[in-house]
Amino acid sequence: MSEATSVPAAGPFEPRIVAFLCNWCSYTASDLAGTARMKYAPNVRIIRVMCSGRVDPTFVLKAFALGADGVLIAGCHPGDCHYQIQNFKTMRRQAMMKYFLETMGLEDARLRLVWASAAEGQYLAESIDQLVADVRKLGPLSWPRNWEENGDRLAALEAIVHEHAEAMEVPV
Amino acid sequence: MSDAAKGKLALYWAASCGGCEIAVLAINEKILDVAAAFDIVFWPVAVDAKVRDVENMPDKSIDVCLFNGSIRTSEQEYMAQLLRRKAKVLVAFGSCANEGCIPGLANLNNREEIFATAYRDTPSTDNPGDVRPQHATEMPEGTLHLPVFYDTLKTLDQTVTVDYHLPGCPPEAERIWDAITAIVSGNLPPPGAVIGSNTTVCDDCSRKRNEKKIKQFRRTWEIIPDADTCLLEQGLVCCGIATRAGCGALCPAVNSPCIGCYGANEGVHDYGARLMSALSSVIDSDDPQEIDRIIREGLPDITGSLYRFSLAKSYLRRKRKTHNGNGASQPQPAGAAQ
Repeated sequence: MSEATSVPAAGPFEPRIVAFLCNWCSYTASDLAGTARMKYAPNVRIIRVMCSGRVDPTFVLKAFALGADGVLIAGCHPGDCHYQIQNFKTMRRQAMMKYFLETMGLEDARLRLVWASAAEGQYLAESIDQLVADVRKLGPLSWPRNWEENGDRLAALEAIVHEHAEAMEVPV
Repeated sequence: MSDAAKGKLALYWAASCGGCEIAVLAINEKILDVAAAFDIVFWPVAVDAKVRDVENMPDKSIDVCLFNGSIRTSEQEYMAQLLRRKAKVLVAFGSCANEGCIPGLANLNNREEIFATAYRDTPSTDNPGDVRPQHATEMPEGTLHLPVFYDTLKTLDQTVTVDYHLPGCPPEAERIWDAITAIVSGNLPPPGAVIGSNTTVCDDCSRKRNEKKIKQFRRTWEIIPDADTCLLEQGLVCCGIATRAGCGALCPAVNSPCIGCYGANEGVHDYGARLMSALSSVIDSDDPQEIDRIIREGLPDITGSLYRFSLAKSYLRRKRKTHNGNGASQPQPAGAAQ
């Protein structure tokens, strides 16, 4: 966890994007983009899943909690799901995740759902470029810093030990 | 059992409501069995022992410490560290110690916002000088310290190593007794385990279940639910699907939806994420606009609904802050001492 949560060294901000791509459409689309030598932003870490419906909100929250600046979920178009209706569940989860993340103070643009069929390599590449550009504008998220330690806490704990040691004691 | 063979038991409360202390007494006359097996060496709510007494005990001299409450202040963190040092077995007792519980919902705010509400904004507050608690105050006799109030509430296991977890708000008497007998007999699960069940509340619930498809979430006051059908199928946000069993499905048995006090089931890292997954899947719509409307109208407090008991233990832990750090540096208002 330590490596994943580390804050990037100084320098121009490079967004770290985790992308969950469905095996049947969107991952194939990214393959197509690759074989067609299309260029897209190198900021995405692609994770292949069997279906966009496999993306539990746990994965998305964990990605943000470990330091991702943005998350992309990509799956087959509604109606084209390899598992018939599972991407409709993705659609519903996305709505609830967006609503929840909004209350937690995350900008809307940091989580994106796109439908990209196996033929839409160009579209997927453009979507990735767009997400990276939008997140770059927002700046780093650095979620673990929200509860980062600072020195005064340790000083306060130390103060208790000293106060107890100096406290007036009634002689037995 | 001779006194020499008796174990030593400590109970402590940090940021909690006191319900866990009462829950210990809910084991009724079995408390006498506890007293037969253990000397209670520290229990601020019931026994007159001082923190100094605990500080003077040798390390690992307390056999079991049941610690309820979460970590809100530096004093509570100090006590957690102290009792961790002195106790052989430290049990996170109840929802606050395990997941932050209701106090953990304050992680939607920071200390400044909490203090503004508590010391300025509530209608019953009369505080013309806007006096706030200060960590350090200079007096002629010397510097006086109050505990530092943290921006982010922590669970016990985010603070010190915890041996066992006993979930529930509060834990049910039978589960407390299970834990005590397990400890007395030495028949304990591996360290780090949750003492309890690893199924969900639905498995204990006697209601009939069909395919879940709902067009609208409903608040409890909007309908009188049918007594035999799954409450979620009737549109109520029943958290039983994501919640660890152990309570005996008490709430659904009396027509009230499960609110999730037993927390995440075995192997689940983020309770609300699982609940989110389950709740959104039952929405009967394929239209993004309609889905959004159903969610936003039906769940006006989404975070409170998903993480009523577990925000502090979730992956995100708290609402995003505009500045970093845990809030231990307290900005002093103008004119204050120090």
